[in-house]
Amino acid sequence: MSTYLGLPSVRPPVAPAGVGLLSGDRPFPAAAKDALANEQLRRNLGAATRTIRTKRAKVVNEVPDWAQLRAAGAAIKDDVLAHLDEYLIQLEEQVVARGGVVHWARDATEANRIVTDLVQATGVRDVVKVKSMATQEIGLNEALAEAGISAWETDLAELIVQLADDKPSHILVPAIHRNRSEIREIFLREMGRAGLAADPGLTDDPKALAEAARQHLRRKFLEAEVAISGANFAIAATGTLAVVESEGNGRMCLTLPRVLITVMGVEKLLPTWRDLEVFLQLLPRSSTGERMNPYTSMWTGVTPGDGPQEFHLVLLDNGRTATLADPRGRSALRCIRCSACLNVCPVYERTGGHAYGSVYPGPIGAVLSPQLTGVQGGFNASLPFASSLCGACYDVCPVAIDIPSMLVHLRSEVVDAKAAEHRLPTPEAAMMRSVGWLMRGRRRWPLAVRALKLARPLGRILGRDGRISVAPPPLSAWTADRDLPLPAPESFRARWARDGDEMGRGKP
Amino acid sequence: MRIALLITCLVDGMFPDVASDTVTVLRRLGHEVDVPLAQSCCGQMHINTGYPRQAVPLIQRYVETFSSYDAVVAPSGSCIGSVRHQHADVARKAGLEGLAGLAEGVARRSYELSEFLVDVLGVTDVGASYPHRVTYHPTCHSLRMLRVGEKPLRLLRAVRGIDLVELPDAESCCGFGGTFALKNADVSAAMLTDKLDRVTETGATQLCASDSSCLMHLGGGLTRRQGPADSPNSIKTVHLASILASVEEPS
Repeated sequence: MSTYLGLPSVRPPVAPAGVGLLSGDRPFPAAAKDALANEQLRRNLGAATRTIRTKRAKVVNEVPDWAQLRAAGAAIKDDVLAHLDEYLIQLEEQVVARGGVVHWARDATEANRIVTDLVQATGVRDVVKVKSMATQEIGLNEALAEAGISAWETDLAELIVQLADDKPSHILVPAIHRNRSEIREIFLREMGRAGLAADPGLTDDPKALAEAARQHLRRKFLEAEVAISGANFAIAATGTLAVVESEGNGRMCLTLPRVLITVMGVEKLLPTWRDLEVFLQLLPRSSTGERMNPYTSMWTGVTPGDGPQEFHLVLLDNGRTATLADPRGRSALRCIRCSACLNVCPVYERTGGHAYGSVYPGPIGAVLSPQLTGVQGGFNASLPFASSLCGACYDVCPVAIDIPSMLVHLRSEVVDAKAAEHRLPTPEAAMMRSVGWLMRGRRRWPLAVRALKLARPLGRILGRDGRISVAPPPLSAWTADRDLPLPAPESFRARWARDGDEMGRGKP
Repeated sequence: MRIALLITCLVDGMFPDVASDTVTVLRRLGHEVDVPLAQSCCGQMHINTGYPRQAVPLIQRYVETFSSYDAVVAPSGSCIGSVRHQHADVARKAGLEGLAGLAEGVARRSYELSEFLVDVLGVTDVGASYPHRVTYHPTCHSLRMLRVGEKPLRLLRAVRGIDLVELPDAESCCGFGGTFALKNADVSAAMLTDKLDRVTETGATQLCASDSSCLMHLGGGLTRRQGPADSPNSIKTVHLASILASVEEPS
């Protein structure tokens, strides 16, 4: 076993299975197959991701010091992660000194219980919510519903997802898989059940849809006594929390209700206000492709007579310490949930977010979800393989998370976990071992390459015109959509041994 | 300068002409090329599939085979990407600090063909002639691991007779991704379909790239779509090295 914080230790616990939304109910390739068959979904996603990534590229390219900002963002987050224990204590002290209450939640179950207890103590049955990945991660809405409390999402896209009893499919744009006519239908069908109904004459004009949502939500804001939010950042030095958003629903939730409960992953810290400057440049340009987000709300503890009079901060671990313990995986905790990597990912663009099973989809999800839950057992073991390693994600990441290298690292973790679970090697492991044995043999490998031509007669039986169109497993996965060429009649080695000296010299 | 060719496994067994063409280009430019036959695989398949320990002996072999050369050249951005970005790391992870150091040394002298021609030899016109309408797909590892940038295009633009047409969405992945093509075959095929649609839109008769692996995937998709590669109006795949090796046929 490795050492942790200088001490020999077992690994910290991962997020518990069966709570929240960190893992799906089937492996990625199976879920992806269904998503690919949905033409409407592919059109919606293709159009939406193309629009956002084009906007992002434009506003990032106009920042002359983007590379330095990105390096600063990575360095600040690495400092936070290296001193997380100190910064968290500092944050707690500051929040408490300014009239807030801090709660520590080891995992999703604890966090849900803490929040449920806090809401129950107020006696209300309805709460409003600011869009938050952390509360999606822990399945807070479902936990509150079990306790008879209705949690109303106020972000437009989250509202669409909630009304449709759907799951979010994107970190920033959770309803990216829906187009406006689908949204109109959802509003007409479901809004009345949740509060103020939509006008039956509602059209799918974006303005009309936004107005319907505005009317519906306005009543929720004015009635709410308790709000639940996440946080984009927390400043350790002052105990200040920050939420950035586009619609103003966050500002309403963070200022109008009497009680505010914020659930935040422990990695969201920044040491000082000065560090915020870097991230308020990186985040909006990377996520919405805007130079600046429309609303930045910041609050520090409780201010008598102004804003919420009761403030609770729930600090969530849920596998983050376990992620921190892996030197090759921990930089995933730098993530600021901008979703730039989703928008450039050729895999995400075609499958959408639901195929990943977790509330964190796309490239960052493929490295974060399996680390938070661990790769033993569940279907998150399939996520590190859900990438062609094309590297587009790393290029756009505003905190320079080397997602491709991390995927490769996690693949070996998955292979090792499988080897530990099975007494016999998997067919893949057996094949990899045999090929490895061949390749490292000084005589074996040249013979094997030269002998590849012996597969030609077999290939001719399976194919036609020098190409194989039907092959046995595992190559059948290849030939389902592409032909396979026949091996060459003579390997390059053999050719070189025969006339290497003359090669290329005959030409004028 | 002592130059060694890293054949790469796929080229060795499936596309030997690509290696011959690489040798041809380098020799035509007046350089001596050696092909040490002790070479094996770069180990990328094992590393990227989750079996890095199987790759350690292959890294060892790479270091032993190539450390005495001034430069190692391969007709593959992906294999050189593995050499430069993975070898030392895998060795280190296996606790082999000495090997990691040696691997770093050889990696610094290992080049993808277009990098070697443009950066090391300082050549963009290699004296090639290729009278065809060609579109170029920059492979992901050459683009984002090695940052070859415009180098392959600069080489292609200097080829006589070539009609080089721009590929829309050129920088998006073709969907090959090594074992990804098998493990996530449906997603891989969806990416391939979109890429081939863009290629077809260009009106090119040849699709060029600098990695035989991506070309095998792209070519396999093309022949599946359009029948045998020699049927009329069909688009053929061609490796960068093969275009650069081509010269005017004496009339």
